[in-house]
Amino acid sequence: MKRLTPSLLLHILLLVLAVGTLAPLVWMLSASFMATGEANSIPPRWFPAHPTLDHYRVLFTRLDVTRYLWNSTAVALTTTFCSLLITSMAGYAFAKVRFRGRDRTFKLLLAALVVPSQVGMLPLFLLLQKLGMVNNLWGVVIPGVASIYGIFLIRQYALGVPDDLLDAARIDGAGEFEIFWTIVLPILKPILVTQALFTFLGSWNDFLWPLIVLSDDRRYTLPLALANLVGEHVQDTELMMAGAVITVLPVLLVFLVLQRFYIRGVLMGSLKG
Amino acid sequence: MMPSTRRQERAGWAFVTPGLILIGVFFALPVVVGLLLSFTDFDLYAIGDPSTVRFVALGNYVQVLKNPEFWHALRNTFFFVAVGGPLSVAASLGAAMLLNQPLVKARAVFRVVFFAPVVTTLVAVAIVWRYLYHPRYGLIDHVLGAIGVPPIDWLGDPHFAMGAIILLAVWKNFGYNMLIFIAGLQSIPEELYEAADLDGAGAWQRFVHVTLPGLGPTFLFVGIMTMIGNFQLFSEPYVMTQGGPLRSTTTVVLQMYEEGFRWWRIGTATSIAFVLFAIMLAGTLLQMRMQKEHES
Amino acid sequence: MLSCSGSRWAVVLLAAALLAACGCAKPAGQGGVTLRMWAMGREGEVVGELLTDFEREHPGVHVDVQQIPWSAAHEKLLTAHVGRSTPDVAQLGNSWIPEFAALNAVEPLDPFLAASNTTPKSGFFPGIWETNVVDSVTYGLPWYVDTRVLFYRKDLLKQAGYDAMPTTWAEWRRSMERIKAQVGPDRFAIFLPLNEWNPPFVLAASAGSNILSADGTRGAFQTPEFRKAFDFYLDLFSDRLAPPINDNGIANLYQEFERGYFSMYITGPWNIGEFRRRLAPESQDKWATAPMPGPDGAATGLSMAGGSSLVVFRGSKHKPESWLLLEYLARPQVQARFYRLTGDLPARQESWSDSALVADPAILAFGEQLRRVAPAPRVPEWEQITRKIIERVETVVLGGANRDSALAGLDRDANRILEKRHWLVERARTKGASR
Repeated sequence: MKRLTPSLLLHILLLVLAVGTLAPLVWMLSASFMATGEANSIPPRWFPAHPTLDHYRVLFTRLDVTRYLWNSTAVALTTTFCSLLITSMAGYAFAKVRFRGRDRTFKLLLAALVVPSQVGMLPLFLLLQKLGMVNNLWGVVIPGVASIYGIFLIRQYALGVPDDLLDAARIDGAGEFEIFWTIVLPILKPILVTQALFTFLGSWNDFLWPLIVLSDDRRYTLPLALANLVGEHVQDTELMMAGAVITVLPVLLVFLVLQRFYIRGVLMGSLKG
Repeated sequence: MMPSTRRQERAGWAFVTPGLILIGVFFALPVVVGLLLSFTDFDLYAIGDPSTVRFVALGNYVQVLKNPEFWHALRNTFFFVAVGGPLSVAASLGAAMLLNQPLVKARAVFRVVFFAPVVTTLVAVAIVWRYLYHPRYGLIDHVLGAIGVPPIDWLGDPHFAMGAIILLAVWKNFGYNMLIFIAGLQSIPEELYEAADLDGAGAWQRFVHVTLPGLGPTFLFVGIMTMIGNFQLFSEPYVMTQGGPLRSTTTVVLQMYEEGFRWWRIGTATSIAFVLFAIMLAGTLLQMRMQKEHES
Repeated sequence: MLSCSGSRWAVVLLAAALLAACGCAKPAGQGGVTLRMWAMGREGEVVGELLTDFEREHPGVHVDVQQIPWSAAHEKLLTAHVGRSTPDVAQLGNSWIPEFAALNAVEPLDPFLAASNTTPKSGFFPGIWETNVVDSVTYGLPWYVDTRVLFYRKDLLKQAGYDAMPTTWAEWRRSMERIKAQVGPDRFAIFLPLNEWNPPFVLAASAGSNILSADGTRGAFQTPEFRKAFDFYLDLFSDRLAPPINDNGIANLYQEFERGYFSMYITGPWNIGEFRRRLAPESQDKWATAPMPGPDGAATGLSMAGGSSLVVFRGSKHKPESWLLLEYLARPQVQARFYRLTGDLPARQESWSDSALVADPAILAFGEQLRRVAPAPRVPEWEQITRKIIERVETVVLGGANRDSALAGLDRDANRILEKRHWLVERARTKGASR
């Protein structure tokens, strides 16, 4: 075993770990192309004998997956857009705009982070019902828009905006909103992308809240539709895998393209700790 | 000379008010209402006819704490937190240490691979793993069988079901904390390692005396965030086992969901939520205290 | 850079998102009405076929059917009610009618019935009609009746020495033992999925148990009658006559029946159609149906007065059209056609003279059983109580719990669940008494 240099051992370990990490996702993809019943064979198969697109066809035609894709996209994009607007304004203000009570309010918000979201879920549902937002995609979007964590993230980054730049603009007579829109936002762009990414992924993957709010299956988002599908088609392994692929692929792609920003966000969130 | 502060005052509040209103209406208000509801027996009857509501003060809390089902759910949750948490942290730390080695090639590729499960939709992967865990058709038992382990009914056996969920949770989340650990590892000054080397310390001793203490704040952060997340375990048992078998994977949040959204016992459900909150708060404070003591 | 092109993109995306968020509804006919209907299980899959004729008869009315799995139906219906997003019409298991009536969720149908000349009360099975009436108000129209009987392997029973299904519990038990002796340790005599409450309920009803007492406000699980049924049921597992599994412990029910993994199964009329469709042609003469045996003979063999009803929700904005839909689905010919599609037994007595029904030997057992049925306790909390029954059974069969403590626990569970109802009933009684 003299050949087993530390480097080789290290890379073997990493490879084993990588294979183990990817295996479930690879099987998911592979099973989605298998013929019906093939995924339930003994011994289990890794790859389809004759790959088929049947299940995807069924999902997109009979099972209306396009609609769920559209719902998920609409909800995620709307939430992201509204959230960006609101959290960027608030995050910047908490960092760079001098107003009384600013730091106390911010500390209060941070304290609120400790409260888990489930505590208010039932009353929130009843509240939305009074406002007519139940069974409605807005009922899914609105509660997710003002994210305290998002405000914290943006404030953290905004602290790095040079004060002299802002003060100079103020002396020149620029309005606060103008300063925000024309000077600050461009500087914040990297963290905005990160925040948008977090919000988009969080919204796309959200399950419990849409489960509670949406009863009409035409309004379902993908995770809901998928869970519903399991209730009826649990024996149809291959079909379920195709559904899982459709749900997971968009976020994986978004992540792959924008991973730099996502990773930055993860690290920034941990800086305070 | 200070630019007009009155303008900044107005602007500042204007900027934060939309967010504050949304947070106030859609977060703070429900929490307060939830607290109030937890002192009543608000339920289905009350939804149809509000005059049937009774004020029960701490009655719900007493009922919850006397209910053996709640303790079962709490035990399940604690098991997940106490076993799954450290396992997840250890896996993340291990992966981080591997990736942090200077000899590693294609580091970015490995990093993406390890992180991929984090961004996947939980419901989707829970369904995939449900099939992977099947005692006859699933790959996991097949692979275990190849090394001589008899097939385990992971999701059907009360002794293994929570373990199955822990494995899924570790797989799904280790990439996230791995990133944080890498950053933490990189912040440990090289000189400390060199000094340890000079003192004749071996790899293990370097790990225990330089790495671990150096990661102190990171451990605290990762520990608290992981614990908070783990206490809220819901989607995996909901999708994979519906809280079974024999309620061995029923967590506190799942029980709250059942009481609240299945049976509409809103008074009971909100009190469960607040008990959970109190426990999480205690856990967080405990971790922070332990860290402080450890550091001194 | 959040430049001009960036913000333009953002506006486009937001507009698109808003459009989708407002929920594009399917267009109804010119100025027409779209009825939303929720249906479960097999009925949900099939009802659409019946509706094309309905829409032809009523141009301008379009029916949108949403299929819901039974496992999620109760929850979704309740959530929809609380969220004020109920459909116009829904299929409701008739054991849920008391619950939805207590919630004021469903519209009383008496005014519509009075004005109708095609849907008389007398056209329906009386026992089934009663399950739709709460405090003299009719809340649902029976859609199909459901009761549970034994589906069994004629050939395996014959091999065990029986030409017909026994009618007493003792004999029935013996036949199962003989079958088990024939098929060996890896196969079973009867399949009783642990997540179904109907088999233990049916046995309890046959043994004379009322399940609940004191006007449905207290559990009665420790009575001798319930204990007798409980023991009979649990012994089937402990003596390895039934496999200790759920309905998802079997990959394919029909395959396993064909393979002789089990020879008996307590289930409902929809499985007549399923058995015919999914079992091989050469297996079709190997199975038959028989009414439930009773502890003391055929007359004591009770089963469920089950079935589904159609209801109109109070929140519906199209009640007259919804009623038209209910009436249509209650027509004898439509009921007969529905039977042909699903195997569900018509609630309308007239439809039983349909040729398909009359000629079907598998139906005989159901017709006979329908004369000996008992409804589930008519309390709003029934669904929650059934869960507890299932859980307690599991603790004994799978967890090795003691039967006495399981039944005592079940009584405690039921009392806790029914506590509010108990208080309300007491309050109403004292109010009435003080008058």
